[in-house]
Amino acid sequence: MSQGAQDGKFFSRGKLQEIRDDLHKALSKGDKKWEKRKAILKRVLANMTMGNDMSSLWGDIMECLNTPLFEVKKMIYLYVMNYARIKAEQIDPAIRALLQDANDRNPLLRALAIRTLAYIPLPIAMESLCDPLRHSLRESDPYVRKTASICVAKMYMFDPRMCEREGLINSLRAQMMDENVTVVANAMAALSEVQERGDLQLIKLNASTALKLTVALNESSEWGQVYILDALMNYVPQRPDDALALTKKLSIRLQNTNSAIVLTTIKVLLYLMNYMNDKDEIEELCHKMGPPLVTLLSSGPEVQYVALRNILLIIQRRPSILRNDVRVFFTKYNDPIYVKLAKLEIMYRLATEKNYKEVLVELGQSASEADVDFARKAVRSIGRLAIKVPNSSDRCIGLLLELIKSDASYVVQEATVVIKDIFRRYPSEYESVIPQLCEKLDLITDDPESKAAIIWILGQYADRIDNSHELLDDLAYTFLEESKEVQFALLTAVVKLFIRKPQDAQGLVAKVLQWATEEVDNPDLRDRGYMYWRLLSSHASAAKDVVLVDMPPISTDTDRMERGALDQLLLHTASLGSIYHKNPEGFIRTARPKYLADSPALNTTSRLVLVRAPDLDAPVHTPAPANILPTTPGGIRELAGSPLLGEMGEDEPEGVSMSMGQLIDEGEGEDDPSVGITGNGNGNGNGSGAGRAGAAYDPYADLGAMLGDGEEEAERRQESQPLF
Amino acid sequence: MISGFFIFNQKGEVLISRLYRTDLKRSVADVFRVQVVSNTDVRSPIITLGSTSFFHVRVANVYILAVTKSNANAALVFEFCYRFISIAKSYFGKLDEEAVKNNFVMIYELIDEILDFGYPQNSEIETLKHYITSESVRSEIALRDDSKIAAQTTGSTSWRRTGIRYKKNEAFVDVVEVVHMLMSASGTVLRADVTGQVLMRAYLSGMPECKFGLNDKVVLQNSRRAEGETYEAGTVELEDAQFHQCVRLNMFDTDRSITFIPPDGEFELMRYRAESSVHLPLRVQPIVTEVGKTHVDYTIAIKANFNTKLSATEVVLRIPTPLNTTQVECKSPAGKAKYVPAENVIRWQIPRIQGGSEVTLTATASLTQTTDRKPWQRPPLDVDFQVLMFTASGLLVRYLKVYEKSGYNSVKWVRYLTKANGSYQIRF
Repeated sequence: MSQGAQDGKFFSRGKLQEIRDDLHKALSKGDKKWEKRKAILKRVLANMTMGNDMSSLWGDIMECLNTPLFEVKKMIYLYVMNYARIKAEQIDPAIRALLQDANDRNPLLRALAIRTLAYIPLPIAMESLCDPLRHSLRESDPYVRKTASICVAKMYMFDPRMCEREGLINSLRAQMMDENVTVVANAMAALSEVQERGDLQLIKLNASTALKLTVALNESSEWGQVYILDALMNYVPQRPDDALALTKKLSIRLQNTNSAIVLTTIKVLLYLMNYMNDKDEIEELCHKMGPPLVTLLSSGPEVQYVALRNILLIIQRRPSILRNDVRVFFTKYNDPIYVKLAKLEIMYRLATEKNYKEVLVELGQSASEADVDFARKAVRSIGRLAIKVPNSSDRCIGLLLELIKSDASYVVQEATVVIKDIFRRYPSEYESVIPQLCEKLDLITDDPESKAAIIWILGQYADRIDNSHELLDDLAYTFLEESKEVQFALLTAVVKLFIRKPQDAQGLVAKVLQWATEEVDNPDLRDRGYMYWRLLSSHASAAKDVVLVDMPPISTDTDRMERGALDQLLLHTASLGSIYHKNPEGFIRTARPKYLADSPALNTTSRLVLVRAPDLDAPVHTPAPANILPTTPGGIRELAGSPLLGEMGEDEPEGVSMSMGQLIDEGEGEDDPSVGITGNGNGNGNGSGAGRAGAAYDPYADLGAMLGDGEEEAERRQESQPLF
Repeated sequence: MISGFFIFNQKGEVLISRLYRTDLKRSVADVFRVQVVSNTDVRSPIITLGSTSFFHVRVANVYILAVTKSNANAALVFEFCYRFISIAKSYFGKLDEEAVKNNFVMIYELIDEILDFGYPQNSEIETLKHYITSESVRSEIALRDDSKIAAQTTGSTSWRRTGIRYKKNEAFVDVVEVVHMLMSASGTVLRADVTGQVLMRAYLSGMPECKFGLNDKVVLQNSRRAEGETYEAGTVELEDAQFHQCVRLNMFDTDRSITFIPPDGEFELMRYRAESSVHLPLRVQPIVTEVGKTHVDYTIAIKANFNTKLSATEVVLRIPTPLNTTQVECKSPAGKAKYVPAENVIRWQIPRIQGGSEVTLTATASLTQTTDRKPWQRPPLDVDFQVLMFTASGLLVRYLKVYEKSGYNSVKWVRYLTKANGSYQIRF
């Protein structure tokens, strides 16, 4: 063992000439056991790691190629992979050595040689790889065969046509039947990758081959199990019984300690459920999935995060899975912030008439934590809970008032915003809290969103608040400097005030209408101003009917999410897409959309909401795949706000240090992280821009922005109807 | 899949940099440095910029980073990072900047082997150790071994090589439980559950077949429990159990037996969770009174709720104090209690509490005048401890049978340990 290795000393900048001289000395004079050249190569690799350009030693290092020592070979090959592209014209000796090793008696060396050769992104390397690779795919040693499988994927990435022309794809497909499961697993991984890049369906499975693969799972290594499970996603059951049979074989995989296996198994099971009809069997499967998902929460925090983001998706589609487990999502004091945020959203999702009391205690604790973003979201969840679970609203209001006493400005602001929403859900039930809010007016008005909220409340309840006209007058003082959101709120509130208390607000309404129509640039604000003006001046009684009409109460019907989009998104369980709650084609340039395939077995629920692949022959107007309104995972939102960070330019010279500003977004918008990752809008492109922009000025739009159920658009529309 | 694998030190210097795909440039390291290493408020272990996603795990003073440009399986990527960490710890004794620098060549060798084109490959530590070593000379004998190794890494028991010999055949089983407990200020248990591990160190010759038995009901919720069904006394109900890949899950599925050929040496055989009838080893009763705005009085009683033959060791209570505490006077009959201003806690350390006994701490914290009107938030008090030969879940090992065709006898040992580590919290 190498406990005693002391290679740290090589991490110092080496002078090229010095290294070269030392190497020549080692090559010309005796180098017992090749110790000297080993030390020199380590120095080179250390410098390469530090980012120092070692490419000019190429010629000298090629002279060491004949060293018959595994360790030395590996170091040289690493060097070769690193600089091959810029030393393309001097690549020949390296390729010769690799081809020789590819014929060695030692299978580990043969595998190393083809593996390395396939990493060299040069046409000459790929051409010389073809013959040995074709041979390796069928040779006797499984270690070489499984290495060869992956080599085909490497070559395909470099030159797909060469790969097909040389018949390598077909040989790879033949490996699906290999006697060795490791080879089968790697072949599946390679085929999945090739399939993703190309147009052909390469992994074709029927009921019996799919079942055979589940047998291979028993013998497979843990990573191999993941590759095979992934490959099973290519199987489209034609009969419900076939889907059921497969789930029976697969569910035991949930009992593995590796979270990748557990989550990938869940992906396959959820997928297969679309093709099952028996409700009891589906319930039974859901029942099996819960405990392993909870167990993932005892893994490292990173895996917990992945699990939690997935759980949030899964329970929206299959609410029975963790229905009774809300307690396990209570946050721990020492959970990392990203785990806490993810748990918070799940707690809200799982809250019901039965458990809301415990959940509220938890949310109350969370709201007083030091992390501002987390505390804000906790407060928001309390308000959302009041709307979701009607029986909880008294307690929620009580808790919010308790929290307001803390005088932490962000808590007060957030509470104001949600209390406004509670008023919209339960009109005139909680008017008694208004005075307590008004006491904190100076804290509330520091933030435009909560300022707009309190203004809405003041306008809506103008006649029940004695000094509402004074407060609004005061707030309107800075009208022209306010954000649009606040200006809109002020305009509406002042008009409401005027209708309710005409004698107190005459001067104010005239002033605000004049500002809105004459001094503000925003056309919408101006138009609304004119509308009110004309309404008030021509038909005062009509104005009352229009402006003060009772609005339908808002709601958070959590199941109103688009089920078909959810089914589609769940095809990406465990992947990045499931973390961001976005289909991968929405944020990864090269990703292809996946669709749930239709088949006679597809059950009626899933078929009803099926998101179909766009018909390529049809005219272009197929809508982009719909996406559920994604929630924003912690840590992602601020990235959206940062300067556009796009692709690293492929042609950027090696070694140039990049600062953030220098990164070029070559994706032209499709790679724009604000589109891809914010997760606050409607998702990929089908008219979501309008939704975002709308949210910027509509003071009523924020409800649910955090937990983003997707219904707020609908709510807003619903509420707007009586107005027009 | 993974396009690049890196290790950084705390300064953001690159210690290991390996690209597996041409869709990535070495200079992504600079992006990571800006976004994570020099960022004091990292709010996610995954960051996606454009199509490039960065997965990082922090361990000691280094960052392990995997970068991908595809919609990678995030669980797989993190599991791979964890695996790399455990391999490195096993190889080098520890994983920190010093260990990485001193072994960087071997790390390059390892990650070339266990990650191919970004796809994790066989990463069984015991197997790897037989062909990735720092021995400098490889003879012809090694060549013969190489063929065997090649066969083994791809075989169906990739975690164990053939021909292992021990003079004395021994197996050690450690059952380690972590109790999670959260108690409300009024003394009700809000949550109590146990996550357990069965760790095994197997020093057994040949290809031993092992069979492992617990006193569990093996409900595992696989078959739905009938309402109100009761079980025989002395058995434990597990919510869930997950196993090392050596365990034959298909056998477990048919007759609930845990059978396997173990890897050589140390490994985690099983992981489980229990929620019902959790036996809480320590009961803490805090009485905390704010006396006006100048003092806080504490009376903290802790009682060991288990057999008198056992004892809790390394007991550490962290009792929160208000932020404007100036000094604390503590009186305790056992252990040492001290105010730690940096953490705003009284740290009460008790080397040993015998089962059935109780100790009480009294303390008074003096506060300075403050203009801050905020009431004290009273974060929960927490207790760390260890109790040897005790399981909070009640789980016991009933047997471990070892069959090997040579028919040797083996000696088996079992140990139990229950502990809490920041997970045993009491609100007050």
